[in-house]
Amino acid sequence: MLPIIWFCIVAVMVAIYVVLDGFDLGAGIVQLCVARTAAERRLVLKSIGPVWDGNEVWLLAGGGALYFAFPALYASAFSGFYLPLMMVLWLLILRGIAIEFRNQISNALWTPFWDVVFALASGLLAIFFGAALGNVVRGVPLDANHEFFLPLWTNFLPGKDAGILDWYTVLVGLFAFFTLALHGALWVNLKTEGELQQRARRVARVAWAAVAAFTLIVTIASFSIQPHLAASFAALPLGFVFPILALAGLAGSITFLLRRKDGSAFLASCLYIVGMLTSVVFGVFPSVLPSNGDPNFSLTVANASAPDYGLGVGIAWFLPGIVLVAAYFTFVYRKFSGKVSLEGGGH
Amino acid sequence: MDTALALHRFQFAFTITFHYLFVQLTLGLGFLIFVLKTVALVKKDEHYNECARFWARIFAVNFALGVVTGIPMEFQFGTNWSRFSRDAGAVIGHTLAMEGLYTFFLESTFLGFMLYGEQMLGRVGHWGASAAVWIGSWMSGYLIVATDAWMQHPTGYRIGAGGKILLTSWWSLIFNEWAVWQFVHTILGGIVTGCFAMAGIGAFYVFLKRSEKYARAFLGVGVTVGLIAAILVAFPTGDTQGKLVARNQPIKLAAMEGHFTTEPSSAIAILGQPDVNAHKLDNPFMVPGVLSFIVHGNWTKEVKGLTDYPRDLWPDNIPLLYYAFHIMVGLGTVFIGVLSLCALQLWRGKLAETKLLLWALVLLMPLPYVANTAGWMTAEMGRQPWIIYGLMRTADGVSPHVSSGSALFTLLGFLGIYTLLFMLGLFLIWRILEQGPEHVVEAGE
Repeated sequence: MLPIIWFCIVAVMVAIYVVLDGFDLGAGIVQLCVARTAAERRLVLKSIGPVWDGNEVWLLAGGGALYFAFPALYASAFSGFYLPLMMVLWLLILRGIAIEFRNQISNALWTPFWDVVFALASGLLAIFFGAALGNVVRGVPLDANHEFFLPLWTNFLPGKDAGILDWYTVLVGLFAFFTLALHGALWVNLKTEGELQQRARRVARVAWAAVAAFTLIVTIASFSIQPHLAASFAALPLGFVFPILALAGLAGSITFLLRRKDGSAFLASCLYIVGMLTSVVFGVFPSVLPSNGDPNFSLTVANASAPDYGLGVGIAWFLPGIVLVAAYFTFVYRKFSGKVSLEGGGH
Repeated sequence: MDTALALHRFQFAFTITFHYLFVQLTLGLGFLIFVLKTVALVKKDEHYNECARFWARIFAVNFALGVVTGIPMEFQFGTNWSRFSRDAGAVIGHTLAMEGLYTFFLESTFLGFMLYGEQMLGRVGHWGASAAVWIGSWMSGYLIVATDAWMQHPTGYRIGAGGKILLTSWWSLIFNEWAVWQFVHTILGGIVTGCFAMAGIGAFYVFLKRSEKYARAFLGVGVTVGLIAAILVAFPTGDTQGKLVARNQPIKLAAMEGHFTTEPSSAIAILGQPDVNAHKLDNPFMVPGVLSFIVHGNWTKEVKGLTDYPRDLWPDNIPLLYYAFHIMVGLGTVFIGVLSLCALQLWRGKLAETKLLLWALVLLMPLPYVANTAGWMTAEMGRQPWIIYGLMRTADGVSPHVSSGSALFTLLGFLGIYTLLFMLGLFLIWRILEQGPEHVVEAGE
């Protein structure tokens, strides 16, 4: 029972990470096209300035929870995806520095340089995260020790000898790129006014069309590559609630956007992301990292988890901690609610 | 040692040493800013608030570099040390996960308020934000030290099926005796770094004949707090840690002291170069009996030398370990001496006129970084050949499927990116110093 509880906790923490850091990554992706002047770009940065760091902490906290609750998964996945994870680290470093150092100096060389670094790092991170999810759905060549190592690419075919990048995982990477672009554009739309907001709306509409098309294509591709997905939904039709939530979120985001209900449009996009992620988790369960060779080598909730004593103690320190975190987030999002302006300090 | 293992070790050593440059200043400066804010609040003296605002600008640059170089540390446990993580993750995952939940959220939430929220939160609220950032950084330090302490001195575990290490007592993981002493020692080391930065920059402004009111406050706080911290680093925290090492890791103790042969009354080496193959120190400068006294409190009781232990239990780089330890102790002694003289002149009201001591303060600024780094090198190189002392060898903890080619590729990447970060950090902090406190304080209002 405890492994299942921790599996749900880690899944929720990852989903919160994607929803929260997703909008500031998305703001980075769309920044160069929605904001034209240095002042407009600063507004985009100010809209995420007080919260981006806290959002990114969900990645570290979720990673920490994964480490302690499922050490075998952490060890296997992180060493197996060695090269792309290191690149993710470098991108996170460059992106963080771009956000924090951009406004230390204001001149025509420094500011645009960091704007471009911020945009590139944000876009590449979205693609990397999407490709990582694609790898989890497709499966990896685990051996009898539940270990593997994958090169970045081989022949781009999702067969037995696939690398981390094949046509399927690249497709999921692009899907993630557009999903977060939509999410970020809806955030900028919510937090800004005037021409900047108008451009964010236009970008959001284009991104929405791409997301809708990718949803269809990637769903078909996923079910054909990983037969376990169809089996999961057939075994427990209640699971259809997750994709239905996703579709409701997708429909809601465009409807509310067109009716100028900016807050609701953003929330619908959150719902869409949560629905898609939970659909994947449900479809892959009880594996946490499937083998694409011998199914007995798959890492599952049962064989990857830590023993019960530690997991039980973990619940005891997790509950008060998460209440504190909820309090911090309520405080900070309330203090920085409303539209951003160029007045006052900050990013 | 095979190439892949050497590269994995070097990458972890390099990335954590670089990360710790920023961490130690955060540990020290976070506390000092809190002290400045408290003095301002208690004495109702706005000048100390202005000082805090200036240091917060420097803190911000330093903290950002600490955050971005910290993320790779958590990841590398899995990427480069997967066998270690697989077998010990159920234990040390606790402290690492708690660090994320209890400290990173706290720091990331309140740093923004500390930097930009002075008007929004008011005097007391802003003081509270600085307290939150300070407490968050120290708690984070505690949980990481507890992780390291468990690797140095494992407690509260048993070995389960397949060699997996299982936690049996969370309390003894968290309140490991080793962790408590190592934490206080580490924190004080960070405060010394922060105090030398503050006092050194105060001295710098005295030489430039500008910002004199600020310079005096920086010198006063830096020298006073710095002297107390520098003394406490040596005694009791450093001394107690030495005794813990002597009791639990006698081979490490012998190696770091360059102590090869067992003698009835063991001398301590002040200077000398270890010749590991010949089992002796070249050009030794020894003080008789002192090692026996430090370890046993008795001048004539024997301390076992390295040659009494099997060679395959010796740390694998004894000369570097020996130098790291001696550099740490030597610099610590210099800090106490210089800060004592500065405190004397400060008390007589003549520090700002004593050019020689001001020069010393400016020139010593980088050396606490060296001392803290050397201290960590002593702790971690002395732990070798174990990744978990007595339980798992470092060679058995590495990721078996990550090739030396992949490891070198990422090591070169880190070397490149971190060189860029280092130059950026120096450049931005120098710019803040050159603009001076008045400029920063006005711009921040």
